[in-house]
Amino acid sequence: MSLLLVVTVAGFGLFIWWFVAWYFELPTALLPSPVQCWDAGLENRQVLFDAVFKSTGLASVAGLATSVVLGSLLAMVFSQSRKLRLALFPYIILLQTVPIVAIAPLLIIWSGYTFRTVLIVTVIVSLFPIVNSVTTGLLSIDKDEMDLFRLYRAGRFKTLRSLQVPSAVQHLVIGAKTSAALAVIGAIVAEFFVGDATNFTGLGTLMTGWQALAKTDALIAALFCSAFLGLALFGIVHLAAVTILRRWVVA
Amino acid sequence: MSLEIPEGEILSLVGPSGCGKTTLLRVLANLQQPTAGEVVLNPAIRGDLGQIAFVFQQPTLLPWRTALQNVVLPLELLRQSNPLGDSSGGSSGGSSGTNAKTRRECEEIAVEMMRQVGLGDALQRYPRQLSGGMKMRVSIARALVTQPKVLLLDEPFAALDEILRDQLGDLLLERWEQQRFTAVMVTHNISESVLLSHRIASIQKGQIKELIENPLPWPRSGNVRGAPGFGDLYRRVSLSLHDDPKQG
Repeated sequence: MSLLLVVTVAGFGLFIWWFVAWYFELPTALLPSPVQCWDAGLENRQVLFDAVFKSTGLASVAGLATSVVLGSLLAMVFSQSRKLRLALFPYIILLQTVPIVAIAPLLIIWSGYTFRTVLIVTVIVSLFPIVNSVTTGLLSIDKDEMDLFRLYRAGRFKTLRSLQVPSAVQHLVIGAKTSAALAVIGAIVAEFFVGDATNFTGLGTLMTGWQALAKTDALIAALFCSAFLGLALFGIVHLAAVTILRRWVVA
Repeated sequence: MSLEIPEGEILSLVGPSGCGKTTLLRVLANLQQPTAGEVVLNPAIRGDLGQIAFVFQQPTLLPWRTALQNVVLPLELLRQSNPLGDSSGGSSGGSSGTNAKTRRECEEIAVEMMRQVGLGDALQRYPRQLSGGMKMRVSIARALVTQPKVLLLDEPFAALDEILRDQLGDLLLERWEQQRFTAVMVTHNISESVLLSHRIASIQKGQIKELIENPLPWPRSGNVRGAPGFGDLYRRVSLSLHDDPKQG
């Protein structure tokens, strides 16, 4: 039933798109029809496949994974001291607020036109939601649960390991879902800058290349691929969360 | 306020919300510092060996741990904070329950305690799979698993219905017969305070207004409710709570 709804809405959207392109007799370079985009996608299926599953996909997954690990560790450090939070949290926020297009050129100077640069950008973009939500999780512990641990003289480390970390897992999941979408965006934006179609073919690279060639149909096909990648990554995080969280979630 | 609680006594604190009952409990548990005055504990009682236990108003079970793992928790925490497992402060009592135990021993003790509260067959269930009454039983088992000398209860049954409250009251009496802890219980429920205590302190504005001896005979169980004297005592506590505060 819900699948039917999804298909119906998507079909309706495609129809409108096709109708507009056909009725106004728009040139292909401006608005190609869905069929033309589909054909362009098929024609370029090899490069698109490589971009989705190798370059961009790999950068997103590796970047997200790095953010999850690094962000959780940072959050654990932050949870230990208020002073530390006051001193360092502004810089974490800075990561989020400074536009990535402004940092990217600098990163290219330091790290070159490499996959590594794409990875770094991806981490920068996807780190904040994780640090933020996990820190919140580690610090918003039920007062009675905290008292229970204090009553039995549990040390800092034991409290962190047996009370705070398990409580924060739900927050990590929320943060990771937000970061999953951001990681894909981060990777593609980084590829706009790093992109060099001869040795590095991410989705971002393909998009800038096809834009220059006015291959609008292929560009739109790449756009759909990036949407698919974002959904897939979100889905992976969701599935992992459901599996791990089964014990946590109230039935 | 000044209050002396003899060993092995169950004392009920009754009084309106916000009169400082919970604060008193938290001070007794050393979870909060008194703004003035002091708490003198029997020197044989050591919080670091789990001899003070607390039952919260909510069961406060960790949802990612099974019932059994929740009951093991105090032993586990104490085992880590006393890695050398130095033996308890020389006093009698024998069963101070927390000296250098292996993981397996802790688990056995916890299983036994779960049986004592009637949950021997719910060991591996998670809190969300337990009813409200069962959760509170687990909470009581967790408090008693270290064989505490002092048990502090903060409106432990307030969230439960009348029938469960009676059952858990019986459980508490039964455990007291076995373990003879000293208990301080905050409650809003007068019949609970009459049923479960040696003395009842009615508290108003942070002061003990009246300290009422409870003459009902021991051992007790729910049937004390029908005993002569129950009604009188109930009325007395009730009156003590309801007349106008006289400031002197």
